[in-house]
Amino acid sequence: MTVPQDGPWLDDDAGRLVRPYTVSNGRTRPTVVLDLLSMVKATGRVPEAHLDPDHARALGLCYDPTSVAEVAAHLRLPVVVTKVLLADLADCGAVTTRTPGPAADPADRSVLETVLNGLQRLL
Amino acid sequence: MAYNDSSESLPTALKVLIAGGFGVGKTTFVSAVSEIQPLSTEELLTSASVRTDSLTGVENKSTTTVAMDFGRITLDPQHVLYLFGTPGQERFWFMWDELSNGALGAVVLADTRRLEDCFAAVDFFELRGIDFLVAVNEFDGAFHYEPDEVRAALGLKPHVPVVLCDARHSHSATSVLASLIQHLLAATTSYSA
Repeated sequence: MTVPQDGPWLDDDAGRLVRPYTVSNGRTRPTVVLDLLSMVKATGRVPEAHLDPDHARALGLCYDPTSVAEVAAHLRLPVVVTKVLLADLADCGAVTTRTPGPAADPADRSVLETVLNGLQRLL
Repeated sequence: MAYNDSSESLPTALKVLIAGGFGVGKTTFVSAVSEIQPLSTEELLTSASVRTDSLTGVENKSTTTVAMDFGRITLDPQHVLYLFGTPGQERFWFMWDELSNGALGAVVLADTRRLEDCFAAVDFFELRGIDFLVAVNEFDGAFHYEPDEVRAALGLKPHVPVVLCDARHSHSATSVLASLIQHLLAATTSYSA
């Protein structure tokens, strides 16, 4: 098992950064494909009390639909570590995920029109 | 079972990048339009290919942390727009493929006192085929340039819009985003024509 080198992790948050790798047994690749903007939502099927503190905190951020980026920001963890935690939660049925698909195609007119309408409502 | 279709009810997340040089007002822009206090997230990038002026023949593999601020606009119950402000001082965000992949488009913020600071972002989006517009952030006391002068100075292609804005104001920043989307819509029309 490859253990991530400590070097890059030694910054102000070093203590916080290492632990998730411990709880995820050193895995750096999530088993579920997640993007920075994959949306996640708690299913309510797995109580936080059944999880270790890192996973429980991550799950606690997902009761409303939210993105991987937002969970990472609130946990103050790098995106790559957050993905491992969220993939674990998906594996055990604690969250459902949705990864941006072709809907995010920049050439999709209906998506662009939706965005434009949404922005114009704010103006 | 209700669980089976629960992922279908999750909103679609969309992404627009806010780029430009250091101190040009990217975070201000994101704050002005975001419905949440801007958040910050980071990614660790490993690069073996970054050219440095270090010792010849020494393989220079470095890891760098790229942090960026982002905000959110809920467009409707099924669509959420995220705005990512790319780090201005940090050249490494260009390697964060996941950041630019799938972006609808980009706003390049420009400060007319330091136009050269946004060259890198303009080059990057042109290279990646990501549609963008240039928004000139009008700072107090900055000499006023006409959009066409900015276009000429940046060597922009004729179809790239140049707009003026005040990144501190929600209405102005939101208008820039609307202009970007209108530009993207016009581009899809011309591609399919």
